[in-house]
Amino acid sequence: MTTPLLELKDLRVGFKDAEGNWAEAVCGIDLSLDPGKVLGIVGESGSGKSVAMMAFLQLLPSGARVDGHARFMGEELIGMPASRIRRIRGKDIGCVFQDPLTAFNPVIPIGKQIAEAIRLHDRSVSQRDAIKEAERLLEMVSIPQPARRVRQYPHEFSGGMRQRAMIAMALANRPRLIIADEPTTALDVTVQAQILDLLVDLRKELDIGLVLITHDLGVVSGIADEIAVMYSGRVVERGATEPIFYETAHPYTSALIGAVPTIDEAKPLDPIEGTPPSIFARPPGCSFAPRCKRAQDKCRSNDPALEFQGATASACHFPMNGAFRAEIQ
Amino acid sequence: MTELVSSSDAVKRARFNGLKWLMRRLPLTSKIGAAILLFWIIAVLTVSFWPIDDPLAMVGRRLQPPSGDYWLGTDALGRDVLSRTLHGSVWSIPIAFVVVFCAVVIGSAMGAVAGFFGGWWDSIIMRLVDVTVSFPPILLAMAVAAMLGPGLANASIAMVIVWWPIYARLMRAQVLEMRERDHVEAAVAGGAGPFRVLTIHVLPLCWTPTLINATMDFGQVVLLAASLSFIGLGATPPSPEWGSMISEGAARFYNWWIAFGPGMAILSVVLASSFLGDGLRDVFDRRST
Amino acid sequence: MLAYVIKRLIAIPFLLLGVASVSFMLSQMTKGDPLAALVPERMMSNTEVVAAVKAEWGLDKPLPVRYAAYLGNLVQGDLGTSFATRRPVAADIAQRLPATLELVVCAMIVGTTLGLSLGLLSAKYRGSVVDSLARMVALVGSSLPIFWSGLILLYLFSVRLSIVPGTGRLPARVDPPPDVTGFYTIDSLIAGDLSLFLQSIAHLALPAFVLGWAVTGIITRLVRSSLIEGMAQDYARTARAKGAPEHVVLINHALPNAMIPLLTILGFTFAYLITGAVLTEAIFSWPGIGSYAVRAASSLDYPAIGGVTIVGSVAFLLANLLTDIGYAWANPRIRVH
Ligand SMILES: Nc1ncnc2c1ncn2[C@@H]1O[C@H](COP(=O)(O)OP(=O)(O)OP(=O)(O)O)[C@@H](O)[C@H]1O
Ligand SMILES: [Mg+2]
Repeated sequence: MTTPLLELKDLRVGFKDAEGNWAEAVCGIDLSLDPGKVLGIVGESGSGKSVAMMAFLQLLPSGARVDGHARFMGEELIGMPASRIRRIRGKDIGCVFQDPLTAFNPVIPIGKQIAEAIRLHDRSVSQRDAIKEAERLLEMVSIPQPARRVRQYPHEFSGGMRQRAMIAMALANRPRLIIADEPTTALDVTVQAQILDLLVDLRKELDIGLVLITHDLGVVSGIADEIAVMYSGRVVERGATEPIFYETAHPYTSALIGAVPTIDEAKPLDPIEGTPPSIFARPPGCSFAPRCKRAQDKCRSNDPALEFQGATASACHFPMNGAFRAEIQ
Repeated sequence: MTELVSSSDAVKRARFNGLKWLMRRLPLTSKIGAAILLFWIIAVLTVSFWPIDDPLAMVGRRLQPPSGDYWLGTDALGRDVLSRTLHGSVWSIPIAFVVVFCAVVIGSAMGAVAGFFGGWWDSIIMRLVDVTVSFPPILLAMAVAAMLGPGLANASIAMVIVWWPIYARLMRAQVLEMRERDHVEAAVAGGAGPFRVLTIHVLPLCWTPTLINATMDFGQVVLLAASLSFIGLGATPPSPEWGSMISEGAARFYNWWIAFGPGMAILSVVLASSFLGDGLRDVFDRRST
Repeated sequence: MLAYVIKRLIAIPFLLLGVASVSFMLSQMTKGDPLAALVPERMMSNTEVVAAVKAEWGLDKPLPVRYAAYLGNLVQGDLGTSFATRRPVAADIAQRLPATLELVVCAMIVGTTLGLSLGLLSAKYRGSVVDSLARMVALVGSSLPIFWSGLILLYLFSVRLSIVPGTGRLPARVDPPPDVTGFYTIDSLIAGDLSLFLQSIAHLALPAFVLGWAVTGIITRLVRSSLIEGMAQDYARTARAKGAPEHVVLINHALPNAMIPLLTILGFTFAYLITGAVLTEAIFSWPGIGSYAVRAASSLDYPAIGGVTIVGSVAFLLANLLTDIGYAWANPRIRVH
C-alpha cells in the first residue's frame, strides 16, 4: 500500500469572532489522495474548502486554531516548525489561487516572481538562470513571446495569461502535489476550459497529484478520480467520481448535480434554495437539514456521521441510494 | 413637568452611558491622552487659585537650576519656571481651542457649500483652498502674522487662515458622499429646500471625521502657536506663553531648565491630542483604519 | 501617465499666480507700517523725507499699478529689495538657498532612513514591545517642538558631551570651500579637503537629525500600516505558498508596495521640513532661508517676507510635482500606460 500524498484526519479549524466566541470553519474532516491522482473538493461558498487546504499548508492567519492531523507523504505538517514546512511549500506542493490578479505582486515583474519561487529552494541558481527558467516555464504553459513576457508586470497580462503564469509558478520546482483553489472562477467562461485543460494535461505529463477546489461539480466530473463534497465545514459525501454521479447518496450532492448546467437547454437549472448557515450559528443535527427536502425529525436533532452507505461514503440518515433503486424498480 | 425632568434625566443617562461606552472602547493611550488634556483644561480654569508662585513675580535668585524649592528652576529674572509653565496654559490652550473652532466652522461651512451646491461655488472655494495649501504653513502664518503685526490675536488669525482648507476639503468630501444617500435624495424629492436639506439631512452625518481631525490638530495648533511666539510673532513678554518662554531659554541655553518646562508642556499636549484623536478614529471611523 | 503629469504642470502657473496675488494682498494689508522700517523715528514728521522714501519704494502709486508692477517684477525674478539688507531679496535668497537645501536634503535622508527602519521594525514585531517602542520614538519626534528639541539636544550633545560642534555650518574661523554647488559637504569633496568635509558633516549632523526626526513620525506610521496591510494581501500568501520566510515576504513583497504610498507623502513631508527648517535654522544659527525669514518677520521686512513666502511656495509646488512624477514612476500600473 502506498503512502498517500495528502492525508487529513479529523482536521478542525476554529476562528474567533469579534465577541471572542470560537466557531469551527472546518469540523473534523478526513480526506486522502494517492500520488498522481486528482481529488475534487466541491461545495458552496463558505463550506470550508479553502480553509481546509490552507490549514493543510499552515497558511492560515495567526488567529486560527488548527487541530487534528494533516500529513504530506506521511509527514505530519501540523505543529511542524515553520522553517521545515517552508521547505515543503513551493517545493513539493505548488499552489494556484483563485484570483491571479491579486495573487501576483503588482509591483514585481512576473519573471522575477517565478524566479523567486525557484531561488527560494535552490540558492545555487543564479538570478539570471532563474529568469531563463521562468521563460521556459512560461513557454511550457503556452504563453507566446515568453522572453518579453518575463519582464512584464501582472497587470499587463490578461486574466487567462495570468492564471497560466500562476500555473507555471506552481510547477517551477516540479512539485508532487498541486493545490488549485478555484483556479478558473475569476476567469471568462471561454478561458476557463483552456486553463483546466492545461492544468490537467501538465499534471498528467509530469505525474503530479492535484487537489482541485471548485463550486462546480461539472468542472471536476471529467477530471477527478475522487470527489469530496463539503457542506458547512464537513465532508458530506466522498467517493470515486462515477458513483458520486450515478449512485449519489447525499441529498446535497444530488442538489449540486441538479445545479450543474447541461447542454440540454430544455432542462431548467435547479438551484438549491436557501443559504448555508453561518459557522457561528449552525443548527443542531445535520447542518443541511433546513434546506433538505427529505429532512425528518431525526435530521434536526442528530448529526449523521460519514460512513459507507452503498458505493460512496456519506453523512446522511436517509441516503438516497435505496430510494433511487426503489424508484427504478 | 415630571415627564420633562425624567426625559432630561434619560438624556443625561444616555450621555453618561455613551461616555462609559466610549471609555470601554478607547485604548489605554487615548485615555491617558484624555486625562492629560483634562489636566490642562482644569489648569486653565483654576491655575490662579493654585498654591504656586505668581508667574510674573521675581520670587527667587536668578537662574537657579531645579531644586526642592523651585522644581523647574528659576529664569533670568528669578521667576519660578514651574509656575510660569502652568500659567502658560492659560495662553496656549484657549488659543488653540479658538483657532481650531474657527477653522472648523469656517472650513466646514465653505466645504459644505462647495460640496452641496457644486458648480461655481465649488470651483471658487476649492481654488481658494488649492492656493492656500500651496503655501508652506509656517511661511503663510509668518507672513500673515507679520503683515497684521505681532500679537497673539493676529497670530491666531494667521493660524485660522492656515487651517481652514483642511476642514473645507474634509467636509466637502463628506457632503459629496452623503448627498448620494437615499434619505437625502428622498428629502430633495419631497421638496425640501436646499438649505434645509443641507442643515438637517446632510450636515449632522458629516461631523465624525471633522471632530476626529480637530482633536488631532489641536496639538499641532498649540505647536504652531508656540512656534510663532518663539519667532516673536505671537505672545510678547512678559506673558508666560510657552513659545516665548522657550525663546527666552534659547537666549541662555546653558541654563537649559528655562526652556525645559514649557517644552515638556507642549510635548504633552501634542502627544495627548494625537493619542486621543487616534483612539477616536479607531472607535468611530472604521473605514480609515 | 504623461497626461497626468501635464495636467499637474498646467495647474502650476495658476497656483503660482494665486500665490503671488495672495502675497501681494498681504503686503498691502500691512498694519505694521512699512515706513517705520524705512524711516528713522525722528524723521517721520519730515514730510519731504517721507515722500521721497515713499517714491523710492513705490508706496505712492495706486493699487492696480503696484499689482501689475509687482507681477511684472516677479516674472523677471525680481522679488523687491529688502528693507534690512538693502539688497535684492532674490539675491539674498539665492545666496542662502544652498544652506537650506543641504539641511533639508540631509534631514530628508535621515527622516526616511529612520522612518523606514522604525516602520519595518514595528511591522515585523507587530504587537510586541519593539513595536510600541518604535512607534513611540517616531511619534515623539513629530510631536516635539523642534525649536525646543534642537535647543535641548544642542545643550546635551554640544555643551555637555562635546560630541558635536556648536552652531553654524562650519567652525567660526574656517573658510568655506570654493563655491560650486553651495553644499559645503559636496564642495569640500570637490576641493579634495577631507577635514573640511568632516567638519561640515559634523555641523550638519545634529540639525539634520533634529529636523529628520520631526518627519519620522509620519513616515513610520505610513510604512508600518502599509507593510501590515501588504502582509495580509493575496500576494503575501502566494509568497508564503512559494516557501518564502516571513522576513522575505516583508522585504521583497510588502516593502516594494509600501514605497508607493511613501512617495505620495514625501511632498507632504517636504512641507513639514520647510516648517521645521525655519525653526531649526533659528536655533542652529544656520545661514539659510529659514533664519532669513525669521529675521525678516521679526523686523517687519515685508519684501523679504514676501520673497521667502513665494520661493517657499514654489519649492513646495515643485516638491509636490516631483512627488507626483515619482509616484507615477514607482507604480508600474501607471508607468506603463
Ligand atoms: N480569517 C477568518 N476569520 C474568521 N472566519 C473565517 C476566516 N477565514 C474563513 N472564515 C470562515 O470560514 C468559512 C469557510 O471559508 P472558506 O474560505 O474555506 O470557504 P470556501 O469553501 O473556500 O468558499 P469560497 O468558495 O467562497 O472560496 C467561512 O464561513 C468564512 O467566513
Ligand atoms: Mg475559497
